[in-house]
Amino acid sequence: MLQSISDTWNSLSAYGQHTVWTTVWTLAITVALILSVALLTLWERKVIGWMQLRRGPNRVRILGMFPGLGQPFADVVKLLTKEVIIPANANKFLFLLAPMITLIPAFAAWAVIPLSATVVVSKANAGLLYLLSLTSMGVYGVIIAGWAANSKYAFLGAMRSAAQMVAYEIAMGFALVGVIIASQSLNLGDIVERQQGGFLAWNWFWLFPLLIVYFISGVAETNRAPFDVAEGESEIVAGFHVEYSGIAFALFFLAEYANMILISALTAVFFFGGWLSPFAGYLGDSALAQPNIGWLLIKIFIALFFFLWFRATFPRYRYDQIMRLGWKVLIPVTIVWIGVEMVMAWYKVGPWAKVALWAQ
Amino acid sequence: MAVNLVKTLLLTELVQGMGVTIRNFFSTKYTLNYPEEKTPQSPRFRGLHALRRYPNGQERCIACKLCEAVCPAVCITIDSEVAPDGTRRTSRYDIDLFKCIYCGFCEEACPVDAIVLTRIHEYHMEHRGENIMSKDKLLAVGERYEAMIATDKAADAPYR
Repeated sequence: MLQSISDTWNSLSAYGQHTVWTTVWTLAITVALILSVALLTLWERKVIGWMQLRRGPNRVRILGMFPGLGQPFADVVKLLTKEVIIPANANKFLFLLAPMITLIPAFAAWAVIPLSATVVVSKANAGLLYLLSLTSMGVYGVIIAGWAANSKYAFLGAMRSAAQMVAYEIAMGFALVGVIIASQSLNLGDIVERQQGGFLAWNWFWLFPLLIVYFISGVAETNRAPFDVAEGESEIVAGFHVEYSGIAFALFFLAEYANMILISALTAVFFFGGWLSPFAGYLGDSALAQPNIGWLLIKIFIALFFFLWFRATFPRYRYDQIMRLGWKVLIPVTIVWIGVEMVMAWYKVGPWAKVALWAQ
Repeated sequence: MAVNLVKTLLLTELVQGMGVTIRNFFSTKYTLNYPEEKTPQSPRFRGLHALRRYPNGQERCIACKLCEAVCPAVCITIDSEVAPDGTRRTSRYDIDLFKCIYCGFCEEACPVDAIVLTRIHEYHMEHRGENIMSKDKLLAVGERYEAMIATDKAADAPYR
């Protein structure tokens, strides 16, 4: 059995082996991501519950243990068994296409995210461009969903979402320009490698305003509280997905949470040194100072906690305030800091002393 | 102006707000695991109604209709007759639980402590009409929970 598998493997061409390997990795990441989304929904309800002095879900158990852990799986079963209602006047094709368009970029973006120095599906050199283009694809799903549902509430949600995404996409792009200047590369693996040397060498220290702007834009980009006017249940019911039910709704839900994990992973990669240890250079050769995939997971987890923390703390922004913040505050802040950064890079202050080495 | 700008840029107030939520995150939770844990109840708790009997088994209610008169929701209906032993008794004593607002006025109006509100609050109806508590049902509740009702009334007596 084992022999025949290895024979088949060896009989494949290099291209074939690469294809099989990539497929296996893609499947593994997709399954892991879906599981994380399931657990994240539970964790979110727990965290928000705790912050409101409640306990959160603690009734559904798995095998009579782990109170609450069965909740996301019970939710999935419920959503799967519900009817998918398509409104009579909806554009059926676009109505069903929209959830997929929202979901696909959230998963596809993981292709270029390096989990460690070697574990990455594609070491694309233009990885950052690929990411920017894919994450802006997600908004099409929202717009199409709002339009295809043929409902005024859904359409209002889609309009708001479109305007918001355009505004924050720019701030996010500018913040990433700062990252590119700092690391002189669009390859995500290189961006991480060039932050080596403990937690003070990571980008967040020199690009702190950009980190704040990036994370705020990320929260806005994923339509999470306090920027969730596209859903705005108190004003426009559920916004763009008001007409969706059953598993079609679950796909939107899945995409939203997958996007949260994606933004958290990107924050970790761009500003917090990805898989690098925060103690590198401080603890000598001990195991804690070694780069490890676990560091990346911890950083993603902390960033995700901030998403939930924001949601439990801040009331929803008014729509015009969102626009004001995006255009009049975040974009100027990024531009100013990029200017500061260019001056630092020109005079080779701090980390830019190393830039000359990378250029060779 | 300048102070405000600095405050805005440094997000001080947002950070303060996040400080409040993170404190609550670690503090003791108020939620009770309801069926297993319950909040303590006062002996004055006003729940399901009951009609009581004297220890010798005689009904307390003398059909004076004071409760019917005082009821602000008009949910009590009483018919009276002369019982075989010559006393004045109710032939009908209905309480509509859907109309009742659980104010406890009937209990206070009653000169013989016949109608009482018990501490029972976990009850339900499955069919139409079950919301009408007839005399038999009220007496049955009173018989079943007499011990609890008696201790509750005794505990509250000094304050009446």
